[in-house]
Amino acid sequence: MPLIQIENLARRYVMGSETVHALRGVSLSIERGEYLAIMGPSGSGKSTLMNLLGCLDTPSEGVYQLNGKNVARMGDNELADIRNREIGFVFQSFNLLARSDALHNVELPLIYAGLTPKDRREQARTALVNVGLGERLHHRPNELSGGQRQRVAIARALVNRPSIILADEPTGNLDSKTGIEILALFEELSRRGNTIIVVTHEEEVALHARRVIRIRDGLIAADEINHDQRAVTGGAAAAAGGFAPPIIA
Amino acid sequence: MTMTRSREILEMIRMAFTAVRSHVLRSSLTILGVFVGVFSIIAVMTGIRVLQNNLETAMSGLGANTFQFQRFPAISFDDSDFEKYLRRKRFFVSDMNRLQEKAGMALAISAQSQFGVGEAGSRYARTNPNIPGSAVTAEAFSTQNWTVAEGRGFSETDDESGRRVCVLGADLADKLFPLGSPLGEVVRFQGVPYTVVGLLARRGSLFGQSRDNFIAVPLGTAIRLYGQRLALTIQVQAPDRDSYPEVLEQARGAMRALRRVPPGEDDDFEVVSNESAVGQFRSLTSAIRLGAAAISSIALIAAGIGIMNIMLVSVTERTREIGIRRAIGARKRSVMIQFVAEAVLLSEVGGVLGVVVGILFGNLLCFLVSAPPVIPMDWAAIGLGICSAVGILFGTYPAWKAANLDPIDSLRYE
Repeated sequence: MPLIQIENLARRYVMGSETVHALRGVSLSIERGEYLAIMGPSGSGKSTLMNLLGCLDTPSEGVYQLNGKNVARMGDNELADIRNREIGFVFQSFNLLARSDALHNVELPLIYAGLTPKDRREQARTALVNVGLGERLHHRPNELSGGQRQRVAIARALVNRPSIILADEPTGNLDSKTGIEILALFEELSRRGNTIIVVTHEEEVALHARRVIRIRDGLIAADEINHDQRAVTGGAAAAAGGFAPPIIA
Repeated sequence: MTMTRSREILEMIRMAFTAVRSHVLRSSLTILGVFVGVFSIIAVMTGIRVLQNNLETAMSGLGANTFQFQRFPAISFDDSDFEKYLRRKRFFVSDMNRLQEKAGMALAISAQSQFGVGEAGSRYARTNPNIPGSAVTAEAFSTQNWTVAEGRGFSETDDESGRRVCVLGADLADKLFPLGSPLGEVVRFQGVPYTVVGLLARRGSLFGQSRDNFIAVPLGTAIRLYGQRLALTIQVQAPDRDSYPEVLEQARGAMRALRRVPPGEDDDFEVVSNESAVGQFRSLTSAIRLGAAAISSIALIAAGIGIMNIMLVSVTERTREIGIRRAIGARKRSVMIQFVAEAVLLSEVGGVLGVVVGILFGNLLCFLVSAPPVIPMDWAAIGLGICSAVGILFGTYPAWKAANLDPIDSLRYE
């Protein structure tokens, strides 16, 4: 059974007298361990699809099976729990809590998962060590570089061992060198069996994925295997990022 | 599940602390409002309680289970009734004697008169002419709770034969006889020599006035010297607390009959006891209490609005944070608890400060009336309870707003 199975997913917004069809019936299935890019120009519906995949939004129509559960009909609390357990978000603008240090930011999902402070701290520390930030546990976001911030965000996404890593323009706010570091990290995560979905409008970023889905006008325009998947070599990644694997799955 | 929930609430409280700390000035100003509200009520209530405790100590000038008949009420702040009290008949020794016949249930019945204020002198020292002289019957030692520290009290014979003897309050004794025992010495009061037969145990001061700075002589002696028209008060002591109401009713009925009060009319005398004096004090201070309650209610409502305002600002400012929390799995309820906890924390910090400073301030009265300080735990609890209520009441709407923000929009919020 695929990890994600969506059928005829549609999302409409009513804006005044007008109805906007952001997504017009998308069907898609994603297997465990895939590294997938969702591409499309702005207004294509890719953000709507990402919000639906991330359980931040519910569809107007259609079925969304995540890990065998029909998410489309879930209530607010259940969706929050699904987001907590199944999905790790990585955002373009990092979205870290500015007043909390790296450790506390990474701990945050575990708080809502109800772990004891001791377990939380332990797991958050491990997650940070695994993205190469073992020395930066008590730095606040404003004391970290862009690349480091994004790695904190990735640690936060990973700390709950989710089914999917959902990254929205993860390199959009980074210079190209740092962007490559992050893509290398994703590669490493993918190699370790994580399912990664990257939403982007940058061809460069998408070409690192194994599979590329192109969205246009609320429909899937193309769904193809990327035969010449680009890779950042392990050595280069280590050199660029200064971190050493292993990375937790 | 309950473990998880209590841990979650604990976590939210921790977060609330962080949030409140991160805006020190803003939080302080909000806290100030609550502080004023709680402070005003706690300070007034503490002050009143200091006075009340003091009054209770004062009234224990009456012995256990004792009440007193007198013309004037114990406390009066209203001059308009003064004439009415003035027209009332006085009490005479004959009233006490007849009461002794009629009120058979009483343990002891005594009479007392403040017969004058004057200068007291011994062969060693003299006082200012401000020493009150008290004339009492033998039973008064029991009904007025006087303890004889040295020597003896008055006997029936002292009273009946009008002996020139006296007992001294501890302060007066110290003044007149700084070195040795006053027993057997002569004290002149208002020019009349009395032989000291007893020394009373120290009673301490009340409302800043010494209660040990007086001289007491037998009532019979005073009547011989000053005449029958001395204004008396009559004390009646019941055997125990249980019989007290019955003794009171019997004595009051007897007193009405003695003074020929027609049935259905009000007493033409006052019955004062520790309880009644405290009750009277309560009713007199109820206006002050009400005023304080009104002021602090208004202050607390204003403070509550302040809290709501600041919480709304905070929710808007932290829209992004709320979005992040929701995205990584916070339920609406968690966000709600977080913000309510913050509002309650703001309110409670103000409340705790208000209670502490209010109690300290209210106890300043102690210096004025030289009474022991009080800590009104019940009012402290009520104050803190009200603070929590204010926090919850005014924090709920902002928290609800925070919890119901759309996670997608709030993640994009700049």
